[in-house]
Amino acid sequence: MGDPLRFRDDQAPEESAVSLDAFLGQSNASTVRIEAGDDVRLLLPEIDRVQLVEIDFPRFRDGRGFSSARILREAGYKGEIRATGDVLVDLVFFMRRCGFDSFEPDVPLNPADVEAALNRYPEVYQDATDGRVPIWAKRHPHEQHG
Amino acid sequence: MYKYDQYDRAMVDARVEEFRDQTRRRIAGHLTDDQFKPLRLKNGLYLQLHAYMLRVAIPYGTLNSAQMHKLADISRRYDRGYGHFTTRQNIQYNWIKLEEAPDILAELATVEMHAIQTSGESVRNVSADQYAGAAADEIIDPRPWAEVIRQITTFMPEFSYLPRKFKIAVIASVEDRAALRWHDFAIRIVRNPNPENGAGEIGFECYAGGGMGRTPFIACKIRDFLPAGQIFSYLQAVLRVWNRHARRDNIHKQRMKILVHDLGEEEFRRQVEEEFQHFLTLGQDVPQAEYDRIAACFAPPPFETGLADEIDRSDPDFALWVDRQTVTHKAPGYAIVNISLKPIGGIPGDISAEQMDIVADLAAKYSFDEVRATHVQNLVLPHVRKQDLHAVWQALTGAGLADVNLDLVTDIIACPGLDYCSLANARSIPVAQKIAERFADIGKQQDIGELKVKISGCINACGHHHAAHIGILGVDRKGTENYQLLLGGSGAEDTSPARITGPGFDEAGVVDAVERAIERYRELREPGERFLDTYRRVGLDSFKEAIYG
Repeated sequence: MGDPLRFRDDQAPEESAVSLDAFLGQSNASTVRIEAGDDVRLLLPEIDRVQLVEIDFPRFRDGRGFSSARILREAGYKGEIRATGDVLVDLVFFMRRCGFDSFEPDVPLNPADVEAALNRYPEVYQDATDGRVPIWAKRHPHEQHG
Repeated sequence: MYKYDQYDRAMVDARVEEFRDQTRRRIAGHLTDDQFKPLRLKNGLYLQLHAYMLRVAIPYGTLNSAQMHKLADISRRYDRGYGHFTTRQNIQYNWIKLEEAPDILAELATVEMHAIQTSGESVRNVSADQYAGAAADEIIDPRPWAEVIRQITTFMPEFSYLPRKFKIAVIASVEDRAALRWHDFAIRIVRNPNPENGAGEIGFECYAGGGMGRTPFIACKIRDFLPAGQIFSYLQAVLRVWNRHARRDNIHKQRMKILVHDLGEEEFRRQVEEEFQHFLTLGQDVPQAEYDRIAACFAPPPFETGLADEIDRSDPDFALWVDRQTVTHKAPGYAIVNISLKPIGGIPGDISAEQMDIVADLAAKYSFDEVRATHVQNLVLPHVRKQDLHAVWQALTGAGLADVNLDLVTDIIACPGLDYCSLANARSIPVAQKIAERFADIGKQQDIGELKVKISGCINACGHHHAAHIGILGVDRKGTENYQLLLGGSGAEDTSPARITGPGFDEAGVVDAVERAIERYRELREPGERFLDTYRRVGLDSFKEAIYG
């Protein structure tokens, strides 16, 4: 596997990820791996020492990881969130909206396809965690939003 | 009706181009069929037994005449000159070529239509009361809130791959014409009943966890009153609880109904409320101003006042049709017209291109340009002046659309079944046709009265057999088609699941069994009782005795 596709300017953490259980049991780890069935909220009390969260997609049809990423961002986590596993290019747009900012799938993504997918939709209908202004807010610029 | 602005247009246009690109990649061999499948499904394109099938969304069942003409045009140019209205108020085309599917989506976009999320593991097209805006018993028109929900659930990033499909229905009356509690999530618009706190304010009674399929569940009420403006937060809470905690190991156990059942109503509600309180803090709800903008699109049409309510009933055939097919309208001098798509011997829900054009013309001339599709696979002209009913009836008669059978034994719901569907175990259409032929006589039908017959060709229950007064489920038994009979279900406000009577029948046998059940009802009924009332009073055993001897 090559380098992850990153949407961050900082240096990628080098430390290899440990499982959520292992992370919670040892105080010096800073990279954690969240499996699809893990409760990511268990991580929140320790979130200050996390630099990188890898969220695994065992099959592209398993969408639990979208909620995991968004929960982290809603809790104020600013570190890296990386999608791993069965990540298809057609999902990257939605993953970015949920707070993923790096990608290291089993099958590497073609950067040109990613670029096209990210630029496909000019607008969004609802808030997520990416700060994009939803259509309803553009229709009513004087309404309070967020 | 809702009118797209530049944002809505941009989104639908982008979707067409995205799908054009995906289809190109598939045809060029850059995507395998496995990779392409979830992409096409999110655009309503299925691969059926003989060809691709395209399911087009009709949000909350509302169409204008230009859209109906376009549906006719598409059926002529890209299909075989007909379409099929479904139990989700959508329309399906059965003979689609993959390479033409992007062009069809582009055609639909010209009349503000699409096929977004009509399939796949996503929030599906929102369904609603087909009499919205016309019903005498509604609190408000439910469609503006349905449109708010359509927009906020379009391309929801967190819920890109839900455990399964997710179906929402919205009504605003006590009478339930939308099979509310058979949905994953359902809303009945009500006024706040709490005199202490905001009495009279519009909000939602919320239900969750309904569904048919192999394990039928009726949705439970999870909230008595949700302030309407908090719907995005609440819906996200429901979806997040399900998305995180549903099983992912067995496709037959992933619908939300299973989670609600496994957790129990109380625990599910507790988790949703906890998540809801969290979402409220994010401040992402749609403001009143946006609701007002959308609601303005659904302002009542300029109904004339001072119209006569009398109808000239001197033609007995016309009087028969008026009595059965029209319903009280909220505006004096107007009626709601139901157009039957259930001719005796026909295919339930099917309509030809010529008929679509005629319905569109009638809508333009007599119904403020509006048509509705119903979950019972019929059409509605919602706002017809009573003085125009005769002209409408004559035009419908000429088009073969004036059948008289609303809510009667021949007004049958049937899924496409093994004639089209790759999931089916048995044919549905011939069974529907044989039952309709057996009870073709209108005098007999009227004597039997309200009787809802619903037929599914497999356990997925697209034909709503669980919600039928008399339901039929086609199964495969050792390689032959076999039909189970069910009794006592309801999709109305008195919702109940139907129960299986006993051993199944072959095709001819199940038609006979239906007749025996109906005969038993006629023997046992008390004055004013419908089939369902008699069944509920006397119980299944009495009917079993008649059916099995």
